[in-house]
Amino acid sequence: MPAEILQIVGIGLIAAFLSLIVKEHQPVFAFLLTLAVAAVLLLFLVDYIYEALYLLETIAASTDINLVYLDTVLKIIGIAYITEFGAQMTRDAGEEAIASKIELAGKVLILVISLPIFRVLVETVLSLIPA
Amino acid sequence: MAYDVNTIFQIAGIGIVVAMIHTVLKQMGKEDWAQWVTLIGFVVVLYMVATIVNDLFERIRSIFLFSGG
Repeated sequence: MPAEILQIVGIGLIAAFLSLIVKEHQPVFAFLLTLAVAAVLLLFLVDYIYEALYLLETIAASTDINLVYLDTVLKIIGIAYITEFGAQMTRDAGEEAIASKIELAGKVLILVISLPIFRVLVETVLSLIPA
Repeated sequence: MAYDVNTIFQIAGIGIVVAMIHTVLKQMGKEDWAQWVTLIGFVVVLYMVATIVNDLFERIRSIFLFSGG
């Protein structure tokens, strides 16, 4: 497993080098190359992320936490990863406006997803206040 | 995973070759052919990249957003 980091760094360095070469003649291809490399590196990592999350799920299943909460947290993490990926790619392509819109969309979706939990929290607090 | 790394090199190779062909065709005075070669190379590379990104999105969907919605 530690050898993976060598692979990842190697792929990253070589890809940066190739991207420099291609960018001189065809900037579009350089962007697509960067996109592909980013996707491949994330694909490398996804398996390990899954291991960590699986452990988290196992722990949560052995306690009696409501599984909806864990689901929500997982969805938020997923949205955060995807949003970061898309925003950085578009920012790399020089489209700052699109990147900030993607980030805004991620924030809004995370907010919407977490609304039920927030409502439960508020209801709990209200029920604690004597009428 | 070795397949994916091969795809990276394929993309870079296609980029370099297309750039060379573009230059040569332009030197020969065939500007329109050079544009078509670039366009076709771009479509091919775009298809490959889209496949990888689709793979990534599907994986993330299956891990993080498994319960739909």
